[in-house]
Amino acid sequence: MQKVELVCPAGSLPALKAAVDNGADAVYMGFRDATNARNFPGLNFDEGGAAKGIRYAHEHGVKVLLALNTFPQPENWEQWTRAVDLAATLGVDAIIMADPGLLRYAATTHPELRLHLSVQGSATSYEAINFYQRQFCIQRVVLPRVLSFSQVTRLIANTDVEVEVFGFGSLCVMVEGRCALSSYVTGESPNTCGACSPAKAVRWEEDSSGRRSRLNGVLIDSYKPGESAGYPVLCKGRFEVNGRVDYAIEEPTSLSLLDRLPDLLKAGVVAVKVEGRQRSPAYVKQVTRVLRQALDACLADPENYTPRPDWVAQLDRVAEGSTHTLGALDRAWQ
Amino acid sequence: MKLAVGPLLYLWSREAVTDFYARVAASPVDIVYLGETVCSKRRFLTLADWQMLAERLVSAGKEVILSTLTLMESESELRTMRRIVANGQYPIEANDMAALYAVTEAEEAFIAGPHINTYNQATLELLAELGARRWVMPMELSRDTLAQMQQKRPDGLQTEVFVYGRMPLAFSARCFTARNRNLPKDDCRLCCGDYADGLPLGTQEGEGFLTLNGIQTQSGLVCNLLTELSALEKLGVDVVRLSPQSQHMEQVITAFHDVIQGNAEPESAQKELSAVVGEEYCNGYWFGEPGMAVR
Repeated sequence: MQKVELVCPAGSLPALKAAVDNGADAVYMGFRDATNARNFPGLNFDEGGAAKGIRYAHEHGVKVLLALNTFPQPENWEQWTRAVDLAATLGVDAIIMADPGLLRYAATTHPELRLHLSVQGSATSYEAINFYQRQFCIQRVVLPRVLSFSQVTRLIANTDVEVEVFGFGSLCVMVEGRCALSSYVTGESPNTCGACSPAKAVRWEEDSSGRRSRLNGVLIDSYKPGESAGYPVLCKGRFEVNGRVDYAIEEPTSLSLLDRLPDLLKAGVVAVKVEGRQRSPAYVKQVTRVLRQALDACLADPENYTPRPDWVAQLDRVAEGSTHTLGALDRAWQ
Repeated sequence: MKLAVGPLLYLWSREAVTDFYARVAASPVDIVYLGETVCSKRRFLTLADWQMLAERLVSAGKEVILSTLTLMESESELRTMRRIVANGQYPIEANDMAALYAVTEAEEAFIAGPHINTYNQATLELLAELGARRWVMPMELSRDTLAQMQQKRPDGLQTEVFVYGRMPLAFSARCFTARNRNLPKDDCRLCCGDYADGLPLGTQEGEGFLTLNGIQTQSGLVCNLLTELSALEKLGVDVVRLSPQSQHMEQVITAFHDVIQGNAEPESAQKELSAVVGEEYCNGYWFGEPGMAVR
């Protein structure tokens, strides 16, 4: 039977355990600093916590992947290389990276360390993937969410690097790894600081007419009294273009490939990734459990696979914006 | 320090493009980047057309580079990129790792464009070893990062910095101009061509914010580092890039050229240019601040 890994987010030790206990094949974590793209206060692992988490995962036969997927600049280069060294010492199963200079460092200093190319590596074609393989011997790539199903299938056919795709979670509408919108507004971006629309730049205003969310002073969205308000991720606000106010870039919605798991399997995907290191252990438990059941059902009998209504309901309950989409996999979304 | 005109980011008619480059040929610009870096559906000019424009620019004494697509998703986009890499006459600007693969396979010298993530000296070394002869600094990096990277810059590698224009900040599989016009990307009717300098996106309180340019999202404000030219020169920057605008491009070129040559004071040149162009400027990234900031 085809082997497809379920890769789940671990933003904290409780979340890691929730993933491990509910059927993840691998978990991914980051250190408590800007070396990874979920650099949020209160999240992630220090050295001791990472060691504990790795031990727990390994005891249960679950792999641990270390996200080290931001881009060091000259002044903090050593901090990033030390993180690579620490990951190697801790005995993680692979590090997920994006920066070319840092990939070279990892490949030459720790040749035994398995390297995965992060979605932040922005590799949207087999030629790009093969570049990273040629240069750094990456063994797996996480695909940016910009390709249609047929494009993913063709890509997989043209590379022998393993392909991992996002199956559930918040959606980035821009190609990952090359988005500077957040630093334009706040001075911090996923590439430079591991943050998008960072909390320290967020301000809420409330009065009788409702609530408004701002990012470094820029009005991202406004809500009438009683209207449910979301975190002001800057590309998911409502803006005015050509005289009309709308979700001009993207509405808050969640990616869900629950319906299309057979297509992923057919395409040759080796792993399905759940987004959400910043989400709660309850989210991780819920999503891991549902996707484990769905993946098992799909692997056992892909021809007759149908997502159960209770799976859909459970995932919708934890989805961003409470709706879901296929993203760019669905041509109409583009 | 040389003056470059970056690749045209917008969709203009063949006539407008031909006319624009005729004026560039007559201007004191040193280097011209040609080609489509945003969307493969924009086919008013073929590779042969770009090569013809290139010949005219070379006759006028300009150095010409052919730029490649930043976000590639389809096989036909990869094929187009490979054809450009194999053109045999003009060096190419790589804006994606697929292009980097192609140039390294072909063992061609190339320019690492601003959408290759060159954030540190190790990446700079790698690019130089792969055959890069120039790198263009990513939009969001600061003067301080540039200074440190210049200290350990590999020999023979030139540095270029974006100093004027709306900054390309993000790329997507989705076309935002088509979305605004309620058109699917597959039947976009090239509506991005209606906006010669992009489609403004503002906040609900009427403030300018970003600019939509098809699948590319740009800054709302125009980046302008005219007053920082001497700092750029002191840091050993070889080329400064002006991004094509539909209006007043000649005045922009003249202002930058005059300051570089020492024929104009930066502050007064800036005032004069502002009065003519009437755009709001930003320079935050250079100073290590949010890109939209003005120092």
